[in-house]
Amino acid sequence: MNIEYYIVLSIALFCIGITGVLTRRNAIIIFMCIELMLNAVNLLLVAFSKMHHLKGVAANPTAGIDGQLFVFFIMVVAAAEVSVGLAIIVMMYRNVHSVDVNFLNRLKH
Amino acid sequence: MKNVLQLVWLIPLLPLIGFLINGLFRKQLSKSLTGIIGSGVILGSFVISLLIFLQVKAGHTAVVNLFDFIKVGKLSIPFSFQADQLSSLFLLIITGVGFLIHVYSAAYMHEEEGQHFARYFAYLNLFVFSMLLLVLGSNLVIMFIGWEGVGLCSYLLIGYWFKNVDYTNAAKKAFVMNRIGDLGFLLAIFWIINQFGTVTYGDLFKQVAEKANTLEGGVVITGITLLLFVGATGKSAQIPLYTWLPDAMAGPTPVSALIHAATMVTAGIYMIARSNIMYTLAPTTQAVVAIIGLATAVFAATIAIKQNDIKKVLAYSTVSQLGYMFLGLGVGAYTGAVFHVMTHAFFKALLFLGAGSVIHAMHHEQDIRKMGGLKKYLPITHITFLLGCIAIAGIPPFSGFFSKDEILAAAYAKNPVFWFIGVATAGMTAFYMFRLYATTFLGQFRGAEQLHGHHPHESPVAMTLPLIILAVLSVAGGWIGIPEVLMPNAHALEHFLDPIFAESVKHAHEGHHLDHSTEYVLMGASVGLAVIAIFYAIARYSKRPELGEPTGFGKVLANKWYVDELYNFIIVRPLQWLGKFLNSFVERDVIDWTVNGIGRLVGYSSRQVRLLQSGQVGSYVLLMVLGILAFFVIQFFVKK
Repeated sequence: MNIEYYIVLSIALFCIGITGVLTRRNAIIIFMCIELMLNAVNLLLVAFSKMHHLKGVAANPTAGIDGQLFVFFIMVVAAAEVSVGLAIIVMMYRNVHSVDVNFLNRLKH
Repeated sequence: MKNVLQLVWLIPLLPLIGFLINGLFRKQLSKSLTGIIGSGVILGSFVISLLIFLQVKAGHTAVVNLFDFIKVGKLSIPFSFQADQLSSLFLLIITGVGFLIHVYSAAYMHEEEGQHFARYFAYLNLFVFSMLLLVLGSNLVIMFIGWEGVGLCSYLLIGYWFKNVDYTNAAKKAFVMNRIGDLGFLLAIFWIINQFGTVTYGDLFKQVAEKANTLEGGVVITGITLLLFVGATGKSAQIPLYTWLPDAMAGPTPVSALIHAATMVTAGIYMIARSNIMYTLAPTTQAVVAIIGLATAVFAATIAIKQNDIKKVLAYSTVSQLGYMFLGLGVGAYTGAVFHVMTHAFFKALLFLGAGSVIHAMHHEQDIRKMGGLKKYLPITHITFLLGCIAIAGIPPFSGFFSKDEILAAAYAKNPVFWFIGVATAGMTAFYMFRLYATTFLGQFRGAEQLHGHHPHESPVAMTLPLIILAVLSVAGGWIGIPEVLMPNAHALEHFLDPIFAESVKHAHEGHHLDHSTEYVLMGASVGLAVIAIFYAIARYSKRPELGEPTGFGKVLANKWYVDELYNFIIVRPLQWLGKFLNSFVERDVIDWTVNGIGRLVGYSSRQVRLLQSGQVGSYVLLMVLGILAFFVIQFFVKK
């Protein structure tokens, strides 16, 4: 399959993620949008990794493999982030009975 | 006994110790102990000076090296003392007259509180220390240290009664005027180091003599000597820097006698006499020195005629006599100038101490219009003061005659106009001194009001004894320099100082010696004029002293030719105006505005930027996205 399809799909996912983060006020949806952006990047990394692997495997059997390694890192970090982030959201809901991020701008005071 | 010369460092050390003891323990020491310590150390210095003088007279001189003061690269400035003819003579004057004045001070200042009394003696000792350093140093830098030291002590002592604002202003004036001169001296030292690489007298004068033959060398030496002379005009109160000296009379009278008549103000004479070879090789500077000296002599003498403060008259007379000394230096009569320094130290110290005795008796009244008839009440002061007046007027065989005559004869040999003005000044000197004498001591007593009907009383022995000794010296001090024409080979001082000025005499253009008949005429003219002036002054002022305010030209003289006002107008005012301008415009509108503006700019911009931190997470994210987009766009275009 052509690499362009993957790129276009990633960009689409990423833009959906950004738009979601910018427009939505529900913390959980923002969270999900962030995950969407991360996974758009993951998809791109895997796609490029595969592409380089196919091109360079004759000379080097591990060519392009590091792209996939990064994806694992990102997934681990994302998992950790989700656990922390969800905990924050739970605490937030317990305190203010809302998950609206705009409601939290009192933090600056 | 030759080792005595090696002990020369003791001479300045003793007054320094006296200064430290009196200064540090001023609250513990009793008054009499302070007086004994203060005078005793000077007496010690005087004894050593006398021993050294005898050694030098026997033909031994020495440079005593104590330690390296500055050693940088090729330049080496040792801290060393030079005991030779010139310095040993000055040592005797400083410690001898200084000792008498210390003794006198102990009585004169007796009304002061113990602590301030000790402070006074500490300053006096420090002054003598500095002056000895100035005279003894074997190079210009050591001289400069002493030079600054005496300036400082002068400031401290003029402002001794520091609660009086006028007195502290006088002290400041003296200090600032001296600093202006000192700058010239300092520049001269730098120039000398730059040109010759040494400031030690011996090496320096040898090099100067070699270098003077070239055109460039001549210019350099003229410049250096002129700068040195600027220093001398400051310290020795010559035009244009003389105005501090009359104001310096704010200090206690013995201080005026010691510092502002006998010693410190002669520092400039000493400096030029010491570097006489440089001046001899710079005829332009010599002419400047002679003209400034002569102008100062005349100018100050005219002012003295109309002053009514007993100390002010003496102060202007000092300025005038210093002008004579510079005239002597300028016409190459170095011996005559040094001779006049010596005789002047005697009779001017005597006159000041006599004035102090009068002021003491009159309960600190200094206006001669309120005195008169003191002859009856102060017999010793009267006699000694009269002797001092005769000496300064230049009547033979008193000391002033010989020294003044020597300078005038040399001036005639150089230029008869100098002589003519000099003699006219001598006549004025005789006139104003006897105006002072007649108004103070003759006629009716006019001070009953001041003393609440009491009679003035003669001062204690500690004050009259120095007067008597100084009177004897004023009478006889001139006999060491009797001119050739009156008694062949009687000029002991000239033979004594020969080694110092030998080089100058060699380099000087063959001076035309006056024949004896001319010299007799010159002497007769000056003495005759002085005698006429004396009798005229006594006749005019003993019966009907000038009590009213002066009018017409006399008013100009009484107001000192308005020189202070002129300086105020052309220097002080513009400086104040400039200061005000700098303060109100440059300081407030430029510097402050810039500094405050930067502060305001930072404050304003941070107030604006602060608004970006709204707390809306969405807006942060939007900015991040916009930033990344901008980054991409820029990269896209830059790559292309």
